[in-house]
Amino acid sequence: MAAELHVELVAADRSVWSGEATLVVARTTSGDIGVMPGHQPLLGVLESGPVTIRTSDGGTVVAAVHGGFVSFADNKLSLLAEIAELSDEIDVQRVERELERAKAEGDASAERRADVRLRAVSAR
Amino acid sequence: MGAQLRVYKRRIRSVTATKKITKAMEMIAASRVVKAQRKVAASAPYATELTRAVTAVGTGSNTKHPLTTEAESATRSAVLLLTSDRGLAGAFNSNAIKAAELLTARLEAEGKEVDTYIVGRRGLAHYNFRERKVVESWSGFTDEPTYADAKKVAAPLIEAIETATEDGGVDELHIVYTEFVSMMTQNAVDGRLLPLRLEEVAEEAPKGEILPLYEFEPSAEDVLDALLPRYVESRIYNALLQSAASKHAATRRAMKSATDNAGDLITTLSRLANAARQAEITQEISEIVGGSAALADATAGSDK
Repeated sequence: MAAELHVELVAADRSVWSGEATLVVARTTSGDIGVMPGHQPLLGVLESGPVTIRTSDGGTVVAAVHGGFVSFADNKLSLLAEIAELSDEIDVQRVERELERAKAEGDASAERRADVRLRAVSAR
Repeated sequence: MGAQLRVYKRRIRSVTATKKITKAMEMIAASRVVKAQRKVAASAPYATELTRAVTAVGTGSNTKHPLTTEAESATRSAVLLLTSDRGLAGAFNSNAIKAAELLTARLEAEGKEVDTYIVGRRGLAHYNFRERKVVESWSGFTDEPTYADAKKVAAPLIEAIETATEDGGVDELHIVYTEFVSMMTQNAVDGRLLPLRLEEVAEEAPKGEILPLYEFEPSAEDVLDALLPRYVESRIYNALLQSAASKHAATRRAMKSATDNAGDLITTLSRLANAARQAEITQEISEIVGGSAALADATAGSDK
């Protein structure tokens, strides 16, 4: 059996995803980081962006994460985010509409949020 | 129907209508408590992980941060009071307000200036009526608070604590909210949120767990910088959720006793109405009997 690590993806108000994985790729403030089983204990600040989780059954889970933290110890990885959505939950058309509106209104943070969601969908 | 009886009947009708309303409110509150409790439970994983992370940075590095260092002599404090927007919840709001006033008095006795921040229309109305100064207040979300609401509340508080005391900032932040113990018990509690005592946070983390030496990305200071405001937000979020659950539980209890009292009142009024009806019948009978006796006497007299 390949080595596995346990992943918990939690948002402020709910637990978004949890399961076993072989590789987790996330973007911290100092660059992309890939965590595999047996990584050294790590605590990092996440950038808004897609997080890719390769599950142990060969599948891929992509989530849009808006700020937060990644912490890894004892083969357990926690991804904490104020807002986190799985790419399957994202409604592309709605996000595109949001992006249009944000651009029109010059709302930078809304534009960034929509952009992160779209990137998560396209990374799927 | 006699006037007395009509009055009783009318009162019974009105109390029955009130009872129906309070019964409905009780059931609505009961379902909301369950929902609010579920939200408290759903927010737990995030809070636990965040506490673990704060403990890890706090114990794993010697970083100093304005949110964790105690001012040598604190002169200004902020008190955040969580109340509800609506009443009809028994002593819920007055208990929370009383706890806040006790805390304010205690802080003032220690020679500190107190800034008050309020969540909920009830608390704000109480302070406005007494013409006390409130720095900032929020309302409209106390029934179902979201994380965005908690962020909105936390932002000016974190800003105030990061500002130097001379420029109108504060040294400490206290929070007063109603802790949800069970369906029957809710306590108004106060606690100091900031500066953070890292030892206390460490005690909250699971016992007997040795935290590994973390590698910080990008650095321990930056992680702490990003982590602490989130920690404060999550604590405020948790307090808001507990406060909402407590409010619904208090409403449920108040409405249950209102329904019970209405039931008692209906029983009493029905008995009185019955007695009044009986008295009316008795009076009518005696009037008829008396009348016919008088008639009989009169005809007996005219025969002679």
